[in-house]
Amino acid sequence: MKKHLDLHAAYQPQSFSFRSAEAVKDILSRYPEGRARSAIMPLLDLAQRQVAEDGAKANPPYGGWIPRAAMDEIARIVGQPPIKVYEVATFYSMYNIEPVGQYLVQMCTTTPCMLCGSDNIVKACQDRLGIGLGETTGDGKFSLMEVECLGACVNAPMVQINDDFYEDLTPARMVEIIDLLEQGKEVPVGSQTGRLNSQAEGGGTTLKDAKVRKSGT
Amino acid sequence: MLADQDRIFTNIYGQESYSLDYAKKRGDWDNTKDILAKGRDWIIEEMKKSGLRGRGGAGFPTGMKWSFMPKESPDGRPSYLVINADESEPGTCKDRDIIRNEPHKLIEGALIAGFAMGAHKCYIYIRGEFYNEAMTLVKAVQEARAAGLLGKNAAGSGWEYDIEVHRGAGAYICGEETALLNSLEGKKGEPRNKPPFPAAAGLYSCPTTINNVETIAVVPTIMRRGGAWFAGFGRNEKNTGTKLFCISGHVNKPCNVEEEMGIPLKDLIEKHAGGVRGGWDNLKAIIPGGSSTPILPRSLCETALMDFDALREVGSSLGTAAVIVMDQSTDVIRAIARLSFFYMHESCGQCTPCREGTGWLWRIMQRMVRGNATVDEIDTLLELTKEIEGHTICAHGDASAWPIQGLIRHFRPEMEQRIMEYRKLAA
Amino acid sequence: MPKLTIDGVEIEVAPGTSILQASEMLGVEVPRFCYHDKLSVPANCRMCLVEVSPGPPKPQASCALACADGMVVKTNSEMVHKARKGVMEMMLINHPLDCPICDQGGECDLQDQAVAYGFDRSRYHESKRAKVDPDVGPLVKTVMTRCIQCTRCVRFAEEIAGTPDLGLVNRGEDVEITTFVEKAINTELSGNLVDICPVGALTSKPYAFTARPWELRKTESIDVHDAVGSNIRIDARGGEVMRVLPRLHEDVNEEWISDRTRYAHDGLKRQRLDRPYVRDAQSGKLRPASWEEAFSVAAEKLLSVKQGWKAALVGDLCDLESMVALKDLMGSLHETNLECRTDGAFYDASSRAGYIFNSTIAGIEQADAILLVGTNPRREAALVNARIRKTWLNKRVKVGVIGEVADLTYPYEHIGTGPADLENLIKSAGGFAAVLKNAKNPMIIVGMGAFQREDGLAVQALARQCAETFNMVREGWNGFNVLHTAASRIGALDIGFTSKDGFDLGKVELVYLLGADDFPMEYINPHAFVIYQGHHGDAGANRADVILPGAAYTEKNGLYVNTEGRVQMARKAVEAPGEAREDWKIIRALSAYIHRQLPYDDLFQLRERIAREWPHLMQIDQILPAPWTVFGLPGKVAGTSFVSAVQNFYMTNVITRASLTMAECTKVFLHHDVAEAAE
Repeated sequence: MKKHLDLHAAYQPQSFSFRSAEAVKDILSRYPEGRARSAIMPLLDLAQRQVAEDGAKANPPYGGWIPRAAMDEIARIVGQPPIKVYEVATFYSMYNIEPVGQYLVQMCTTTPCMLCGSDNIVKACQDRLGIGLGETTGDGKFSLMEVECLGACVNAPMVQINDDFYEDLTPARMVEIIDLLEQGKEVPVGSQTGRLNSQAEGGGTTLKDAKVRKSGT
Repeated sequence: MLADQDRIFTNIYGQESYSLDYAKKRGDWDNTKDILAKGRDWIIEEMKKSGLRGRGGAGFPTGMKWSFMPKESPDGRPSYLVINADESEPGTCKDRDIIRNEPHKLIEGALIAGFAMGAHKCYIYIRGEFYNEAMTLVKAVQEARAAGLLGKNAAGSGWEYDIEVHRGAGAYICGEETALLNSLEGKKGEPRNKPPFPAAAGLYSCPTTINNVETIAVVPTIMRRGGAWFAGFGRNEKNTGTKLFCISGHVNKPCNVEEEMGIPLKDLIEKHAGGVRGGWDNLKAIIPGGSSTPILPRSLCETALMDFDALREVGSSLGTAAVIVMDQSTDVIRAIARLSFFYMHESCGQCTPCREGTGWLWRIMQRMVRGNATVDEIDTLLELTKEIEGHTICAHGDASAWPIQGLIRHFRPEMEQRIMEYRKLAA
Repeated sequence: MPKLTIDGVEIEVAPGTSILQASEMLGVEVPRFCYHDKLSVPANCRMCLVEVSPGPPKPQASCALACADGMVVKTNSEMVHKARKGVMEMMLINHPLDCPICDQGGECDLQDQAVAYGFDRSRYHESKRAKVDPDVGPLVKTVMTRCIQCTRCVRFAEEIAGTPDLGLVNRGEDVEITTFVEKAINTELSGNLVDICPVGALTSKPYAFTARPWELRKTESIDVHDAVGSNIRIDARGGEVMRVLPRLHEDVNEEWISDRTRYAHDGLKRQRLDRPYVRDAQSGKLRPASWEEAFSVAAEKLLSVKQGWKAALVGDLCDLESMVALKDLMGSLHETNLECRTDGAFYDASSRAGYIFNSTIAGIEQADAILLVGTNPRREAALVNARIRKTWLNKRVKVGVIGEVADLTYPYEHIGTGPADLENLIKSAGGFAAVLKNAKNPMIIVGMGAFQREDGLAVQALARQCAETFNMVREGWNGFNVLHTAASRIGALDIGFTSKDGFDLGKVELVYLLGADDFPMEYINPHAFVIYQGHHGDAGANRADVILPGAAYTEKNGLYVNTEGRVQMARKAVEAPGEAREDWKIIRALSAYIHRQLPYDDLFQLRERIAREWPHLMQIDQILPAPWTVFGLPGKVAGTSFVSAVQNFYMTNVITRASLTMAECTKVFLHHDVAEAAE
């Protein structure tokens, strides 16, 4: 996981400002006086989301990423040297400091997903999109990324596309999901087999009686 | 099997809405004021009676942990409760269910726990990938604020209390409590040296307790039903209560389920997860407590009990109670090598043995998967895990060592065979 | 006071002492990379692991663990040996085997400790990682494959230098030290990064591939590039100064030196005066001459120009002995037109307390409020500034500035820009005046910028009034400080190389310049005869009629008195080039030519002569408190703003002006010519 910043790339905007001063203020208000540094992470996320909003309207489209100018602006807001923001932006895997596709497909391949066939999911994605890991399709719509355990192991294999989890996948269903997203259609998030969250297939073994929930504690 | 009446998390699958109305119907926020009125000492005493041990993996007694917090602040520093919702241990997905389906249990628990340790502010650090879960949690916190359950006079108790949700951004290491604190302070998630421990100098150098989501979410029920009730489950006073188990991998029906501490591993799989794919005899091995706990071969799985001490006795650990099942079709060397990659990828890079060692382990493991190694290298590999283990700032180094140690302990013949086959092929 | 046992020896230490520090007290060596006693403690290298009981059954990082009562520490047990060996093996797997082409070779912590604690061969058969070497400017060279990520450099830049440009980006095995955005590290202390780097990742760019440490002759000496008197070590090979390194003096420079001190020495090889010159009467040009001819021409003029029409000026780099000799020489001709304040500063030199840094540099750490007047200490005395920053870091000392606005690396309140603002401050009760009033140890630091103006004497009086108003001077504390920029100045003032009533340089007929280059030569009467004695062909030599080639600070033994009034001894590291000679000897020789032979034949006798008249100047490394008396001249002050005496940190004297390295720094840091830096 090595992130490189291309300072002179054509895509780097000269400046960056947050659209919503309100949102920035709200983030800063979560932390005690004098602890604005805590806001670096939520502000990086806010910047990435703002870029994603712009990217969804652009042609070709692009996904959320964080320009260098945004990092400098965040450093200014929280009163820290810019290097402190660069350090954070390169440490955490969710901050993209280079442009990505509109749909960032993050495929979990850690052992629980691997046991349940994530290899096939990865292959299905690569074959369907014609790109390798870390690459973006020519139309700017999809990027593929291998990621570490996303915490939905009982619903393996799974992928995360932008903010949403798609679970209990098969290669065929994976391709369908890409098709639907490409066509701008909605895809139900969560389990793709229709089971309820982390309950066992077929209704599970516990808590079958709704009354139990009412009596509670 | 645990009776439904004894389950704490009655909406763990999300059959109903998470929202405050429904949560109240399920018994959450029922006279919280009365619980707080019993005072800090009573709450901590009740926690101690319950025998609850931290549900995040390390299993430290919760009541004792809370008692380390200063009674009052002589120097004006506030105390903080920080809830660790950075659930990232491969195999583990229980906190996610609590957050999306039972957030009010967590929020009410946060108020009681915070009150018991003299905190007025709580931060919940949730892993960044759980975006939808975080939004649910934020909404639940807003509901609680609007209903006066949080705020200047939380739940009518007279105690001022509020909760903020802080999202991570993709770093397993932030599940380590001091890395989490650094992350919350806007820094890289690098674990801190201990001492000082967080109870002395934690978030913003103030007294801080960090608890796992499940640990906090069971607190209201323990308060209502009593520590003794909770302690009534489990084999002995050191392994008490109910516990959320995550069963993934080669089972017919992977799922999360709340069960009694100490349930036999075999029962857990057969009763709740539809059994091992292809039957129990098709089982090869199980990682019983999340990726960092050493793997168990079938022979040990047969009789293993799922609690802290029983699993320690068989050379593994309860960890987060995330059971990863592998059937006979599994390339167990590759399964562990993939974990080595995980630990390399997630090392913060701060201290030498872990930064350098995790990559080294993975590179050797990669060769072991193909068999492109020598038998002696298995010993070297084991030695290297010992060079990392115990020499690092945090337990990430240990966690990267244990899976490989478990593999060599139980599957060395398979590794040797792989090497032989490779040589034959190469020759 | 915790009492513990280390390797079987009992020791009692102050609370908060780390095990590593306690071990050092006992002379027990604990290997380390990331730990540095002037920096914060990250405990990330894991080399200093020791066995501690009671405690968990694993070794502990001794740098980060405080001693506790009853601890039993083992630094030599099997557990410790195993741990060290393991950590060392991990440390080396990605470290290149390029010691033969590494400048750190021979003085490398990693090399030394690998020999002492490591395996004799590598078990690592995988690929080593590659790294990008960031360009951090003209002084520090980076080879990041050698980096062991100890973060000393990051902490130095952030904590000591106050310029947090370096960081450890990415994570895991991909972490790398970088500025991330192609940036030169803009601090005048950057050379120290080379010293604190325990491996060859950060080495000196100008020194690259020029020498091996074992070839160098090491001489302990004193720096002259500012008035701090930093303790240095001059490393020479043959007749060439190869590098300058800091030497520990806790009260002066701690263990740091500024980049000017460290890197200007290449200026010692260029523009040197290596033989005498005499201006040819016919061509009007300087031509080489013998010592005898040069002395004869100079002597003739010294004897022929009438008493009262001769003057002597001493420059910023002169040693005490040569100034005394010159004073004696002029005295033998009954000449009193002497001056050392060639920078155009007006201040009263009659009271020592009025012109020295009374609090001492280490004393800055006692201050709880500091008023800076007409000074930019970062440019004028980088280590005084580092000390102020340290004090700010440790206890958030409040700083107020009357003068230029500049980045001083710590926050301050900008009170005003000129003398009127100082007057107002003295009169007011609120604002920074209140800060000073309520402070226990308030301090004022007046720079040369406050005196280098017509109203200098009045400003000095005002500064004294300020010190008195805010109770800065009392028993046991003197918060009145003058920050000089010239290494020679306090010595010259102490021996009275000043003229009470002044004289008109435009009228005198003979001027003797001893290393005096830093003033406009047009001030000198165009018809005057000028004798220039010094080491560089700069402004003074250009104006001279006779040039007597002298020795630079690395080429002679000499005394220097720093801004605190601390007398320190510089030592000769190399011979002066060509026919150049030590300065006091030149003056002594010249005295014979005018039949007034000075009564000392060697440096020892000269120093005895100094001791007789000014005994305090023989108290090496001592600071004698100066009695508080009246000084300055109350009067009307001008409305103009103070301007710092140093505008370009890298160009302050003849040596720096001849230095290519300093020219490069000027280009990169002052003119932000980044393309050059990348080259």
